[in-house]
Amino acid sequence: MSNGKPSEEHHPMEALLRMDRIPHIWCSTCGLGTSVSAFALALEDLQYDLDKICIVSGIGCTGRVAGYVKLDSFHATHGRAIPFATGLKLANPQLKVVVFSGDGDLIAIGGNHFIHAARRNMDLTVICVNNFIYAMTGGQVAPTSPLGASCSTTPYGNYERPFNIPHLAESCGAVYVARWTALHLRRTAKSIAEAMRKPGFSVVEIICPCSTLYARRNRLGDGLELMKFYHENSIIKHGADPRDVDIDFQSPIVVGKFVDRDRPTFIDGYNRAMTAKLGEKFEPYGVAPAEVHDG
Amino acid sequence: MKADPKGVLTGEHYLDGDHACAEGGLAAGCRFFAGYPITPSTEVAERIAERFPMVGGIFIQMEDELASMCALIGASWAGAKSMSVTSGPGFSLMMENLGLAAMMETPCVLVNVQRGGPSTGLPTLPGQADMMQARWGSHGDYEIIAISPSSPQECFDFVIDAFNLSEQWRVPVLVMTDECVGHMTEKVVIPPAYEIEVVPRRYTTLPPSEYLPYRPDPDMVPQMIKAGDGYRIHTTGLTHDERGYPVMSAECQEQLVRRLVEKIRLHADQIIRFEEDEIEDADVVVVSYGISSRVAVRAIALARKEGIKVGHLRLIVVWPFPEKRIHELAKKIKAFVVVEINYGQMVYEVERCAHGQAEAILVPHGGGWVHDPADILEKIKEAAR
Repeated sequence: MSNGKPSEEHHPMEALLRMDRIPHIWCSTCGLGTSVSAFALALEDLQYDLDKICIVSGIGCTGRVAGYVKLDSFHATHGRAIPFATGLKLANPQLKVVVFSGDGDLIAIGGNHFIHAARRNMDLTVICVNNFIYAMTGGQVAPTSPLGASCSTTPYGNYERPFNIPHLAESCGAVYVARWTALHLRRTAKSIAEAMRKPGFSVVEIICPCSTLYARRNRLGDGLELMKFYHENSIIKHGADPRDVDIDFQSPIVVGKFVDRDRPTFIDGYNRAMTAKLGEKFEPYGVAPAEVHDG
Repeated sequence: MKADPKGVLTGEHYLDGDHACAEGGLAAGCRFFAGYPITPSTEVAERIAERFPMVGGIFIQMEDELASMCALIGASWAGAKSMSVTSGPGFSLMMENLGLAAMMETPCVLVNVQRGGPSTGLPTLPGQADMMQARWGSHGDYEIIAISPSSPQECFDFVIDAFNLSEQWRVPVLVMTDECVGHMTEKVVIPPAYEIEVVPRRYTTLPPSEYLPYRPDPDMVPQMIKAGDGYRIHTTGLTHDERGYPVMSAECQEQLVRRLVEKIRLHADQIIRFEEDEIEDADVVVVSYGISSRVAVRAIALARKEGIKVGHLRLIVVWPFPEKRIHELAKKIKAFVVVEINYGQMVYEVERCAHGQAEAILVPHGGGWVHDPADILEKIKEAAR
């Protein structure tokens, strides 16, 4: 500033963001900014060709991620990010396809697609941002709201048992399952990179503060206090049995990498089965030109 | 351009309408199919599942019709020609993402082998009662193209036409057949690939720096890209501008919805197809489509024998509706007799377009079977009086 000219400031993640769409619509202290940063860090680490990565979101606060990320980005209908992504991936298996959406979108209205994509081991990475509430519509109860939590449609406290997302993912067949909070930026980034390297259905859950709705309704304090809560109450336990990572109201949150295993992907299974049955009549599907040796 | 010979089963075949739909898709270059089993449409999916591994296509049986329709859109954006098939209850579930396909201007084809409804209705028996749902089934304003085959041969031909229309206008195209045609077996001639005209996707030639995903060409249709080509586009079901970015304003809504509607309405003459028979001297015109048109032919022959001047207007493209032609005919004739397996759907369009200048008389049928030609004849006589 000494020469009197304004300094040129660049967002460090400019290459990955649609700067013409910034500022974003998310509230201050929302964990979505951090979640997108973790994704950007993961892509930096992976060094994949960004032109070959697609991102698909559904509807909701997290559903807006696709709109801010400068990749081929698709904002689908509510709950349908996974089937949209399935179409992209199967039609061009060379694409890396990431689904970035919220707990309500992926686990309630999209729950059926989530469990079946896990069962099939569709080669997708799902980043599920869990803020325990339907935030975009004003704070209604979600399939992840802890028992007892106040939501606008459970004004006397939630009385339905929530889903434990890592357990759901693991039991349906996901090959990689991790959970972090929005406090764990670098650990989340590392998990996203691992998940994207892993062929098959991988899930990274990010516990995300919503100070505007969830925290305010439940008198949990402001954004800083929520981060302090994560800091004091996150228990890192790699390899924890997903059955044991339920989240109760203001209980400690078990985080870490819970599942990392190998299963044939949908396309692997298809190619194996067809090759066995059809022999030379079948040309393996979706094999990258790079994988074919040109002699 | 010409069809890829890989998918074309050239020759004379004895096929039912469902199998012919599958072959039409293969010949048109469809290489992605997502579907969910539902009577009486399942045979399409079964034939695709058998044929695709040999032609480099990919078939997936999804968990439901919501997912199937959405997967078509994803696959289309990745560059595949994509198709699904369903019937009544599944058609209802597909309405959600049919709207997304219209909004994102995504080429894809959906075959509805109609059965009796409402609800679970008559799974194994025909109906034509999804015609208005085809036009208006998803929420909001949009235009769609629908085509109605009346034979297995037309199932083959019209599925190819559906793909071509879908690529040209960037809309989902519906093939509205029914259980009767779907399960009717007849001769189907599949020509050699070099005789099959295939409309290629409207890929842009602009570099990424100049390309806007929703900037329309002079014919109001924007140029497309496919994921992975380096354009890094955004597309959304939200109201969006030419960049594909969401804009929450009445102005942007007006611009977008108007274009979605007008790209079809203003080009309706290029899209609409129908067939006419014995119309020159007619006092009465029978309007029909799909299987009902074959029954109508019999009734018209009987009426002509009795000296009644009756002609036939068979709708091929049912949506957009041939508004102008109905209006022209209305000025010359006494009445239209509309034959459809429902309690009144397309008849209301006929009535609307006749502008009160000719009566529109419905020959209703609740579904489960086709009309008795005698019932149609009776209405023709009533109309001629």
